[in-house]
Amino acid sequence: MNTRSDVRNGAVEQAYREHWARLLALLTAQLRDLDLAEESLQDAFAAAVSTWPPVPANPPAWLLTAARRRAVDRLRRTAVAARKLPLLVVEEQPAHDDRLRLIFTCCHPALSMEARVALTLRCVGGLTTRQIARMFLVGEATMAARITRAKKKISQAGIPYRVPAGPELRERLDGVLAVLYLIFTEGYAATEGDELIRDEPATEAIALARLLVSLLPDDSEVRALQALMMLHHARRHARVTSDGRLVTLAEQDRTLWRHDEIEEALGLLIPGPPGPYLLQAAIAAEHTSAARAEDTDWVAIAALYGMLEELTGSAVVRLNRAVAVAEAAGAAEGLALLEGLETELPHHHLLPATRAELLRRLGRAEEAVAEYGRALALVGTQQEREFLLSRRTETERRLCP
Amino acid sequence: MKYALLLYGNEKLWDQATPEQADQTRVAHERFIAMLNERGAFLGGDALARSREALTLRKKAGQVLRTDGPYVETVEHLGGFYLIEAADLDEAIGYAKACPEQIVEVRPVVEYEE
Repeated sequence: MNTRSDVRNGAVEQAYREHWARLLALLTAQLRDLDLAEESLQDAFAAAVSTWPPVPANPPAWLLTAARRRAVDRLRRTAVAARKLPLLVVEEQPAHDDRLRLIFTCCHPALSMEARVALTLRCVGGLTTRQIARMFLVGEATMAARITRAKKKISQAGIPYRVPAGPELRERLDGVLAVLYLIFTEGYAATEGDELIRDEPATEAIALARLLVSLLPDDSEVRALQALMMLHHARRHARVTSDGRLVTLAEQDRTLWRHDEIEEALGLLIPGPPGPYLLQAAIAAEHTSAARAEDTDWVAIAALYGMLEELTGSAVVRLNRAVAVAEAAGAAEGLALLEGLETELPHHHLLPATRAELLRRLGRAEEAVAEYGRALALVGTQQEREFLLSRRTETERRLCP
Repeated sequence: MKYALLLYGNEKLWDQATPEQADQTRVAHERFIAMLNERGAFLGGDALARSREALTLRKKAGQVLRTDGPYVETVEHLGGFYLIEAADLDEAIGYAKACPEQIVEVRPVVEYEE
């Protein structure tokens, strides 16, 4: 049986999850002040915790009224009251794109990338400062300061609360997608720490992408980003063994993949101009649609990487393309593509790790051992370190039988 | 909101400009000011003399130290400024893009509550 406080907390939590971003967007639209809107909405949720149950018939309406009342109280105490109070009197219909405006505000290019990530998680995702700090492995005080600074900049620099129009939209939308993918990447391959995959950022990034798809349903790149993240995330249970060791794609137990999620992700892809996310999603889709590792269509994947490299000119893409080419056409051709990448990726452990792997396949064991050593000096996570160590030991054994 | 557009450039290049190039720059700025005026965005602005004409006062513990030249030694020097009125940062950036100078710093002006 549920106790009274269980019912209350459950209802408030549910309301928080479902309505936080929309209510914050609506209040920000009315108040033109993100900080004030957020504080007032927090007050409203605090009020809900102490007065529910009975849970009101329309929780978001209750919360909005409570938040508006708190905003009026706060404004009365300040000199800006005369300017902003009239905004609250107007009963605006909740506009469809309020949340979209909130996302574009949080991801404005005048803010640092760190600030954009933190603000998006806080304001659109509704995460607490403590949760965001934990996600990015920084102290809560550091993250609180980062968020406060960002909000201050929004009001003091006059960062608009608006979705840009015309050609500017595409450019700014790319920035929004980059923020979401950055959040995801932090969870998919943690850059430091003992855990290789952390679910929280990945789940949050997918939820944010889902929201963005619901707001911009016709954009093939937005849909492709959600699909791409879901395709990666669907493999999470197969990527690490129960004792925490990294499993390569080829060695993964494909029955552990979440095939329901893969199905949903593939359904999201629609034809469109070949943007970076559509191409990456197409590559991930090639991997997930192979029943066994040896069924993978490496020729198609190498071709997709070729298009992606042409589009982005990225050294990391070239590294991945080299791996695909090695599978499709042989290790020697892959190795050739790695030439000269050191200058662009001097601290990337995957470059020497890949070169080591290809040299090993070509029987050049001595050179491979040296490259494993270089990779080990650069690697950041424990799981990858162990993987590289075991590969090096295995290769050394071949040298001295 | 009010924004200051601070125009930076390499003084050597400015000094080396041919009279023809200097004239082109002047015309470009006149056009820019006309565009700002048309939209009610022009609040003021001027060119600044070369940094060799600048002097800096440093006040510390009641002492005033006077040095010749601008505050910091840099390759790019502040050569002029505009004060504009824009609805928000995006509009201000839009004006800055239209400004005929290579480096334009956009700085929001602090507006004090009355």
